[in-house]
Amino acid sequence: MNQIMSDKRVIALYTLPALLLILVLIYVPIVLTGYYGLMDWDGIGAMTFVGLENYAALITDGMFWSSAYHSLLLALFSVGSLVLYLAVSLVLSSNMKGADLFRKIYLIPMLLSSVAIAQLWMRIYHPTNGVMNRFLTTIGIENPPLWLSDTSIVLFAIFIPIIWQYAGFYIIIYYAALKNVPKELEEAAKIDGATPVQIAYKIKLPLIAGVIKVTIVLAVIGSLKYFDLIYVMTDGGPNGASEVMASYMYKLAFRTNDFGYGSAVGFFLLVLILIVTYLIRKATTSKEDEVQY
Amino acid sequence: MKKKAFIPFVTLSTAALFTLAACGSNDGEEASAGNSGNSGNENTEGSNAEAEQEDVTIDFMHLWPEGSSPDHHRIVEDIITDFEEMHPHVTVELEVLENEQYKNKLQVVSSSNQLPDVGMTWPAGFLEPYVNGELFTPLDDVLEDGMRDDFVAGTLDAYSVEDQTYALPLELNIAPVFYNTAIFEENGVEVPETYDELLEVIDTLDENGVTPIALGNRDRWTGSLWYMYLADRIGGPDALNSAIDRSGSFEDERLVDAAANIQEMVDHNAFVSGFNGLSDQEAKSEFMNGNAAMYLIGSWDLPNYTTNEEIPQEFRDSIDFFKFPEVEGGDGDIDSWVGGPGVGLFVSEDSDVKEESKAFVKHFTEEWGKRSVEDAGVIPGTQVNTEEVDLPDLFIDVLDDLNNASNITLFADVQMSSSVAETHLNMIQSLFGEEVTPEEFAETHEEALQEDE
Repeated sequence: MNQIMSDKRVIALYTLPALLLILVLIYVPIVLTGYYGLMDWDGIGAMTFVGLENYAALITDGMFWSSAYHSLLLALFSVGSLVLYLAVSLVLSSNMKGADLFRKIYLIPMLLSSVAIAQLWMRIYHPTNGVMNRFLTTIGIENPPLWLSDTSIVLFAIFIPIIWQYAGFYIIIYYAALKNVPKELEEAAKIDGATPVQIAYKIKLPLIAGVIKVTIVLAVIGSLKYFDLIYVMTDGGPNGASEVMASYMYKLAFRTNDFGYGSAVGFFLLVLILIVTYLIRKATTSKEDEVQY
Repeated sequence: MKKKAFIPFVTLSTAALFTLAACGSNDGEEASAGNSGNSGNENTEGSNAEAEQEDVTIDFMHLWPEGSSPDHHRIVEDIITDFEEMHPHVTVELEVLENEQYKNKLQVVSSSNQLPDVGMTWPAGFLEPYVNGELFTPLDDVLEDGMRDDFVAGTLDAYSVEDQTYALPLELNIAPVFYNTAIFEENGVEVPETYDELLEVIDTLDENGVTPIALGNRDRWTGSLWYMYLADRIGGPDALNSAIDRSGSFEDERLVDAAANIQEMVDHNAFVSGFNGLSDQEAKSEFMNGNAAMYLIGSWDLPNYTTNEEIPQEFRDSIDFFKFPEVEGGDGDIDSWVGGPGVGLFVSEDSDVKEESKAFVKHFTEEWGKRSVEDAGVIPGTQVNTEEVDLPDLFIDVLDDLNNASNITLFADVQMSSSVAETHLNMIQSLFGEEVTPEEFAETHEEALQEDE
């Protein structure tokens, strides 16, 4: 077995199929997207080469910047909510009663598709029949917010289901990492008289720092390219108030037939994600025990 | 043990690769088979000696899945069966997708030149890029033997570019204001004939705690209908059209007034609360539940108020419609409608079976015209003789009004190029949400239109 595995030709043979698939399905389209971004193209007829015109147009496109701003806000919001997930995981992993049940409760949203979640929350947010506003009117608030049609709050109204949607995913990751923290350390600390907060802060968190870093990167990347819930719930509206980069890209390419410009937005999005990922790694990398991803 | 496990893995992954490769070559074979089929048909000198009458396949893509449009779907199936019986050498292969997916798929396959032989398109702004890209074939020869006269005046124009027709319309819709007679009676209001009367009706209903109008403006074109009607009633049919075709301006006072009227209606609480965040479906359910008194929508919704058995008879009986009220002092008249053709059939320019496809489109359009009204409640692009068909009164009334229409203004977002339409639709949301003034509304349109020129 070992002989076979160390044969370079065999290794090449085994990895080739997957490599080819990744190349064809992921990297080639990325390169093509960048290439289409250089074109004036309606996605249907002939392409005209326009150089960097599309990329230059991005700079003065107000809607693009506001959608980029919304995406960054979502990223910040998601990273912020990691604290919440972490807190929940710390509680769940500390041998509390019923932890198992709660873990399942948090995991359930992950089992639903985004569209189902969107439908569910659209009902919750319904201006008159929704649970939310029914509740607010019964406790005496006469004009409860119009969650999805008020341009000043629609973005946050959408962030909440997104947080809810991903809670299970991150809680599972943290939970698993925390369970791997050696019990002996905790017991030794207890004997020394450390409080649970101290144990969490001084022992558990440093030991799962690598995992936390990974989740930060995941949350940021996921937020920047986020699309589905927003597309279903508001379609980026009203008038772009909840537009994010991915939904804007989709609209440009498929609604307004501006495929070249849409590709430019897509390519910018990719570059942005690479830069942000790099920056986060730079900012959080310590010399020891780095987790590779 | 481990060693054995690796063998299936290698086999599997190589098999996967071969399957992929096989798919690629299969496509090629199919295409060449189609080619030879075509040449065999047109040209009997073809080297293919076995040709009796070559079997050909027409690929047909439509957007009426069995689940969401069962009546439409059934008629399509029937027409295809008919056609295949009449032309035994032709097989029609179907691909059925939902609306949005259909649009996306059409664009994706067109960029790689793999359009189906026959498919569905929307008129005007949607159709133009395909025509400019030389992907649709002109169908004027199909219309030559008198078929042209079967269509409702003007509908073919929406599918024409530079005097050539690129698709045959299957649907024609106008937008009446549907209203709940029971709610009107309970609140002692009459059908409004002028805009001022409409405001009075709205006020009375609002004071009595009834939502006057169901509007799902998340979909945006629904709000656009209201704006288009007001623009039509104030400015006449030309004001909006000429602003869009650039012989006029969007900053025309009459168009600004129409925008101001929209905000006046919003201030009168005319529309269901939170309309900008509600989809058309959600708003419609308010109307269908009897919570809202009026609902402005295309005549495609007629079956819900006439024949749809899933909706309580009592409700259906209480629904009537009225023409959009006139605005006093305005240039428009009450017999002018906002509406337009829906989908039409195109034949792909690159089709290998163009002749068969054209015959299919012709047959389809004719049969559809005969059957769609009675069987699916669709108003076809072809003329309907209301005395011959057995239909609910409400339906007959709409068809009669359609025949007497003084003008049909094509839906604005359909008239405009797609990028201007996007601006228009966004501005509609802002206008209804009172985030822009009527002047800014007009100005933004004007800028977008100028930029597009």
